[in-house]
Amino acid sequence: MTTAEKTQTAKTPETAPKTAPKTAPKTATETAPDMTAPATQQMTGAEMVLKALADQDVEVVFGYPGGAVLPIYDALFKQNQVRHVLVRHEQGAVHSAEGYARSCGKVGVVLVTSGPGATNAVTGLTDALMDSIPVVCLTGQVPTHLIGNDAFQEADTTGITRPCTKHNYLVKRIEDLPRVMHEAFIVASTGRPGPVVVDLPKDILFAVGAYVGPEQIKMKSYRPQVEPVPDAIDQAVELLRHAKRPIIYSGGGVINAGPHASELLTKLVRTTGFPCTNTLMGLGAMPASDPHFLGMLGMHGTYEANLAMYNCDVMLNVGARFDDRVTGNLKEFSPNSKKIHIDIDPSSINKNVKVDLPIVADAGNALQAILDRWNHKKCAPDGAALSAWWKQIDAWKAKKCLSFDQQGDVIKPQYAIQRLYELTKDRDDVFITTEVGQHQMWAAQHFHFEKPNRWMTSGGLGTMGYGLPAAIGVQMAHRDALVIDIAGEASILMNIQEMSTAVQYRLPVKVFILNNQWMGMVRQWQELIHGGRYSESYTEALPDFVKLAEGFHGVGLRATNVNELDDVILKMIETDAPVIADICVDEKENCFPMIPSGAPHYQMLLGPDDQADKPQSEEGMVLV
Amino acid sequence: MSEIETHTIAVVVDNEPGVLARVIGLFSGRGYNIESLTVSEIDEEQSISRITVVTSGTPMVIEQIKAQLERLVPVHYVSDLTLEGSHVERELALIKVRNSGGNRVEALRIADTFRARTLDSTLESFVFEVTGSVKKIDAFIDLMQALGETEVCRTGVVAIMRGEKVASTN
Ligand SMILES: Cc1cc2nc3c(=O)[nH]c(=O)nc-3n(C[C@H](O)[C@H](O)[C@H](O)COP(=O)(O)OP(=O)(O)OC[C@H]3O[C@@H](n4cnc5c(N)ncnc54)[C@H](O)[C@@H]3O)c2cc1C
Ligand SMILES: Cc1ncc(C[n+]2csc(CCOP(=O)(O)OP(=O)(O)O)c2C)c(N)n1
Repeated sequence: MTTAEKTQTAKTPETAPKTAPKTAPKTATETAPDMTAPATQQMTGAEMVLKALADQDVEVVFGYPGGAVLPIYDALFKQNQVRHVLVRHEQGAVHSAEGYARSCGKVGVVLVTSGPGATNAVTGLTDALMDSIPVVCLTGQVPTHLIGNDAFQEADTTGITRPCTKHNYLVKRIEDLPRVMHEAFIVASTGRPGPVVVDLPKDILFAVGAYVGPEQIKMKSYRPQVEPVPDAIDQAVELLRHAKRPIIYSGGGVINAGPHASELLTKLVRTTGFPCTNTLMGLGAMPASDPHFLGMLGMHGTYEANLAMYNCDVMLNVGARFDDRVTGNLKEFSPNSKKIHIDIDPSSINKNVKVDLPIVADAGNALQAILDRWNHKKCAPDGAALSAWWKQIDAWKAKKCLSFDQQGDVIKPQYAIQRLYELTKDRDDVFITTEVGQHQMWAAQHFHFEKPNRWMTSGGLGTMGYGLPAAIGVQMAHRDALVIDIAGEASILMNIQEMSTAVQYRLPVKVFILNNQWMGMVRQWQELIHGGRYSESYTEALPDFVKLAEGFHGVGLRATNVNELDDVILKMIETDAPVIADICVDEKENCFPMIPSGAPHYQMLLGPDDQADKPQSEEGMVLV
Repeated sequence: MSEIETHTIAVVVDNEPGVLARVIGLFSGRGYNIESLTVSEIDEEQSISRITVVTSGTPMVIEQIKAQLERLVPVHYVSDLTLEGSHVERELALIKVRNSGGNRVEALRIADTFRARTLDSTLESFVFEVTGSVKKIDAFIDLMQALGETEVCRTGVVAIMRGEKVASTN
């Protein structure tokens, strides 16, 4: 499915996504499942799995074999339509599928074996659930008659993954298999996207049955609401046109709604002249260069974005979920505003923050309806109030909260990202993934995105080890693009084995490590709230990352002082192979601005001097 | 802090394996209360079950519970009987009471006033079946406990809206 088709199917979720007619595999062997055969053809379960993937337009599967899924690997071997990327750890497979999905709008597909294969995938599935990423994960299972007997490599996969998937299935009859396969794709990609597990006992893969195509699937329950109620749109426009201090706060839901929704958001912002801020997950929905854009908000967001949130009188939330990293202290969150909340998932509305006007809909549809209504009624914003508001915002901006001091030879991490941005910004397509920690926040602050789907990061779960496999997934979807994983030296070691995958498939992903020798984010919190007792946050005996890259048959580079930085970045970009660039940065730098956990928006720490005189509240200390 | 309210919620679901685990897992995983839960198939042909759950929380939490239930894939619809208006709630209980002498006579007399049926009797015990509101059953059990050693089994609440409107899954 393309993203455009995805939005379409989101409107009619009860029917299966329409797929383009398939062409026969180029070199089908005699035993190959015939992909052009009529839909009622008899075939084995394993063949059905492959046929269903092909019918769902799946180009690539990220996987790792094992006993329980060998029949699927056999079917895979006999066809040419679906490619397979052999990862080096099943967690990597899921993150790769996430990176693939987030960067191109299609469903990411994973194939793993039973038992340890499935349990290794759990972190990735949880990550995809938290960040609303469409993933279908096929897991092998012991034969149906052995389920429950503690058979070799048996795990209760549906039991284990129930809380970390949007939905999961255990297929116990061959008759159910084609339906379940297609439903998995519908559920994963429509409504609020998420991961779906299909658990496949080995005997079902050998059983023979009739295949059913996606067009014949009709789901009994499950009907996400994607069209807004017109009355709510009217009310929203009324609130917006009379706003004196408005703010548009948008999130990952706009990215989920497809690139068109980002265009509509930009249009709404420019039509109204309202300021706009994005969450970490929403970066790219609003072009960073647009003067209405205030940058990211939240814990490490900008001063102007957070103060605008605190002081606004009308807030339009589009596809963001009032996460605690964004709201800070709930009791003091934007106390004087009327809040409008557009979200496709009713459970996101009124979960943390009580809103005045809920709009359950797809972000694209709702934004279109608001724009139509605004134009139809020939609305204009309250000009005088709005310019006074902008004057105030500009005063906050003048604080230059993201500034840093690059002095001497030692590379400041912010400077490294700034140079990376400057030296890549003129290229057509640059995709950034990250690991988790300070480097992730600096990347969000200092790398700027003009388009959606260019920024892949683990926001909700905050999974160290996400970035490299995600970059591999992105590169699979965009073979000629520049894909960079902005990493920390601790995080990268969590899935470093995926370098081997990158080399095998000639995926020239770049790992840009801001090497500060510390688990910087952990050290920063220890400094802030644990009296500088740096318990276990320093990594002794780090590997030599240049040699490590070479050991994987990739290319290793290093910059130890400021004069070397540009050269290393340019060399990295030019190299047509997987690269690890070890950028040795200032060990002591902390990430600012920062709203300490549990503090309100107006209590931001802007720099190291602020930190000293603001003691932490007890209430804040228990928060994560 | 808003007031804690108790709500009776009907959840109509596809009767597929694991559906009850999904519902219960949602309550435990998100820290919601379950005061009572009953489940049974109501349409064999279409394989549909109805779950009645009594839960408590602030109005915001109750709203969350319903939204979370609604987003489970096998859920057809969720209806908050407490909010939607007047409805009837019933529970059935089986109570065994072991006693002798005057207490036996008294037990029978009370059973009669509660319209409980005697399902089993020995020289030292009765098993009563009683239906009614939760309060009525609580009261009956309290009285029986005063009259001897008891063993209690309750179904949990089932509930349905009053009036002519028929809810359906189509
Ligand atoms: C170290 C660290 C620090 C962080 N600091 C910050 C920070 O400073 N600022 C920050 O913003 N985040 C920060 N985060 C990320 C944070 O934890 C959350 O992941 C993030 O804020 C959530 O983004 P979101 O609200 O856009 O929601 P998402 O998780 O992207 O959720 C999307 C929402 O949109 C809805 N939706 C989905 N599809 C659609 C559709 N088609 N139409 C309409 N709605 C839809 C969903 O139902 C959901 O409610 C940090 C994370 C880490 C690891
Ligand atoms: C899997 C996992 N384990 C632990 C954590 C907690 N954690 C958050 S940030 C961080 C340190 C990251 O260090 P590094 O990758 O070097 O990045 P830096 O903060 O130094 O930029 C840790 C341990 C996590 N997010 N994920």
